[in-house]
Amino acid sequence: MKITLKVWRQKSKDAKGEFKTYQHDHVSSDMSFLEMMDVLNTQLIKKGEDPIHFDHDCREGICGMCSMYINGQPHGPLQTTTCQLHMRTFKDGETITVEPWRAQAFPVIKDLVVDRSAFDRIQQAGGYVNVNTGGVPDANVIPISKKIADEAFDAAACIGCGACVAACKNASAMLFVSAKVSQFALLPQGHAERKERVEKMVEQMDTEGFGSCTNTRACEAECPKAISVANIARMNREYFSAMVSSYEVKVGGGE
Amino acid sequence: MKLESKSPEGPLAEKWTKHKFNLKLVNPANKRKYEIIVVGTGLAGASAAASLGELGYNVKAFCFQDSPRRAHSIAAQGGINAAKNYQNDGDSIYRLFYDTIKGGDYRAREANVYRLAEVSVNIIDQCVAQGVPFAREYGGLLANRSFGGAQVSRTFYARGQTGQQLLLGAYSALNRQIANGKVKMYNRTEMLDVVVVDGKARGIVTRDLITGKIEAHSAHAVLLCTGGYGNVFYLSTNAKGSNVTAAWRAHKKGALFANPCFTQIHPTCIPVSGDHQSKLTLMSESLRNDGRVWVPKVAVKGLKAKDAKSIAEADRDYFLERKYPSFGNLVPRDVASRNGKMMCDEGRGVGATGLAVFLDFADAIKRDGRDVISAKYGNLFDMYKQITGDDPYEMPMMIFPAVHYTMGGLWVDYNLMTSVPGLYALGEANFSDHGANRLGASALMQGLADGYFVIPYTIGDYLAGIGWNDKVSTDHPVFKEAIDTVNSRVQKLLSIKGKKTVDEFHRELGLTLWEYCGMSRNDAGLKIAKKKIQELRTEFWQNVDVVGSANELNMELEKAGRVADFLELGELMVDDALDRKESCGCHFREESQTTDGEALRIDNDYTYSSAWEYKGENQPEELHKEELKFENVKLTQRSYK
Repeated sequence: MKITLKVWRQKSKDAKGEFKTYQHDHVSSDMSFLEMMDVLNTQLIKKGEDPIHFDHDCREGICGMCSMYINGQPHGPLQTTTCQLHMRTFKDGETITVEPWRAQAFPVIKDLVVDRSAFDRIQQAGGYVNVNTGGVPDANVIPISKKIADEAFDAAACIGCGACVAACKNASAMLFVSAKVSQFALLPQGHAERKERVEKMVEQMDTEGFGSCTNTRACEAECPKAISVANIARMNREYFSAMVSSYEVKVGGGE
Repeated sequence: MKLESKSPEGPLAEKWTKHKFNLKLVNPANKRKYEIIVVGTGLAGASAAASLGELGYNVKAFCFQDSPRRAHSIAAQGGINAAKNYQNDGDSIYRLFYDTIKGGDYRAREANVYRLAEVSVNIIDQCVAQGVPFAREYGGLLANRSFGGAQVSRTFYARGQTGQQLLLGAYSALNRQIANGKVKMYNRTEMLDVVVVDGKARGIVTRDLITGKIEAHSAHAVLLCTGGYGNVFYLSTNAKGSNVTAAWRAHKKGALFANPCFTQIHPTCIPVSGDHQSKLTLMSESLRNDGRVWVPKVAVKGLKAKDAKSIAEADRDYFLERKYPSFGNLVPRDVASRNGKMMCDEGRGVGATGLAVFLDFADAIKRDGRDVISAKYGNLFDMYKQITGDDPYEMPMMIFPAVHYTMGGLWVDYNLMTSVPGLYALGEANFSDHGANRLGASALMQGLADGYFVIPYTIGDYLAGIGWNDKVSTDHPVFKEAIDTVNSRVQKLLSIKGKKTVDEFHRELGLTLWEYCGMSRNDAGLKIAKKKIQELRTEFWQNVDVVGSANELNMELEKAGRVADFLELGELMVDDALDRKESCGCHFREESQTTDGEALRIDNDYTYSSAWEYKGENQPEELHKEELKFENVKLTQRSYK
């Protein structure tokens, strides 16, 4: 296969970026998208040029590190991660445009590499159960219905890649945040802190500069792990319920 | 140097309890006066950093990825073993211990393996309390499944993503300590050296991967939780970034490296499709429960999966069923891998490269129906189709073995301390629990055992012993010197400006090791490999081309440093394989086999762990032997006929 690539090149965070065009004549349909980029990079290095920087690690669709915006879609045309996208998806002679995730909260570091530490900070705001190591009850003490456990798993399957943010016209992180909120709202282990958790995580999400949700469902359509927007609805319920009851506690003279 | 395993005396089942009581404690008010460095944030690192933070220590944690959640523990599929005996099927701590030490072909320390089995039950409790969504039965209790090398169902799982869920659990505990201010997290930061002053580990030197800044960090103790070195083979199931650098730099500062030749090769991976191949993808070994492995009896060049049907039943060789009638397709990983390779060596391999065998589900689909097979393996079939473009419902899969895990690693004593005081190694980075072969669903168990339930006890003993004022500041000349050494190495890599890319060197090293130090090894081949690796290493330092500069995000530079270390490790692996003239576990020495071609262990001569000591650039390393004593189990030869 032969393809033409239009790739976003940006030397550093503050440098001005631009699209550069590369002709790539040595593409096999068996290559993954990232392997196609590897081969292009080898050619660039041989010419003494700076290779195109992109994030990647496990290359089996689970670490969430790869993050290319391909032909206007995060991770390209299939509902999968960039590393699991193969060149047989594209046509011989096609022109492919590759950009980094575009969101205010995900500043570009270099070329296609962006800074997603905002996601870590949202998790640090409350994405955990407050238990120390040791001193916990036996794992089978609290039965959890299979249905609930499965639904919690569906939410917990989020890989934190940020495709939801990249897909959203508002760069909203609601799908990502709601996946974690849902996991703990569903499981009994998360119940003790469910109100504080959703309040803190939503507050941090807003602080990081992610946009609002307008229910376009682009996030769900592009999510490589098929995280459902039902989680967003659940998070909204959790949030309203938390706000209402927190207010009651304050009026009642609680804390 | 005398190797002291510090295995406690006394009955096996009481060793850990007694040992815990004998360990010195740091009082709660004093814990905050200590600083601990944790390198790597996979299962071992994240669980250790979180648990130590909870105890009150000040922790600095480092990972090279953009977030601790990316560590390669996340990719583990199958599950985690624990001796809970929830299934009432006869499991016990002793049975898990026995299976693990036997599975490791009797090349691990009894006391360590028993402790691993003992704390396994606590791990499941801990993870459930954190909100890990394990698979459950309809009654609401935890589900289990069985795995290779065991006759009980003791594996806990979260669909095919157990590693992901356990890592996210440990990551959440880590995040909690970051929020509490007890852990300071450094993302996109790579450790490039350990600093040893007065014989104790005092800190590390790191490179900020975005700015290129080289920095020193001091602490009372350093924990390396940096995973395995399978990427020395270039192609493996490891993540692209997985590397040996932290462990190797520690080795060069005095930490012994144990059993480097013990590398596990997994039989069911998707084969290489061309020179562009960047990594190999594992297909769960559970597929061998229903898939039949075969090649044509007579070589057919370039046989495609879609043409497999053209080979009549009588012309197929179901070689595992033929050679191992009692275990059939379910022989252990090493036996399956070796036999697959043998077929390809005979020229009977399939696919465009001839480096694959068929894994055929046609009979299973005919017997059980497509729906039943789909319910069991649907996600794996989809994944296979996504990657190869072939549909396993319509034609056989093609599989080939791939490097998956490394049992070898830094030598540690019972306290997980390396031979350098104050320097610890946890998880896959150490050598301690799996002997010459790791059983399925045991890697997750070991990573979390080390981080949650071993190091929080054992590190206190060392810290209480040295006292909180025994710390060296980063102003110390040895730190300055270490920074200079790291800087000049970076500059050296950038200044060579040769003709070959880093990947070209890496690929060549990988091919050499795969050929001569892979699934089967012999004296002559290993000697060829040793010479080739030495030559390649010399060429690397004269002819590598690393573009870009030191003060920016430069992934070629990162790779170059890692490959330089792999080029040194590769030779040590070969030395270790040369020394061990027996076959055991993953290590098949062609000179040591039974009359019918099976692995032959030589217990009289080789019941030891090899621990290698670095002696300087291009000097032969010195071998130290830790004799393994078996007081509780009887050594037997494996047979799967």
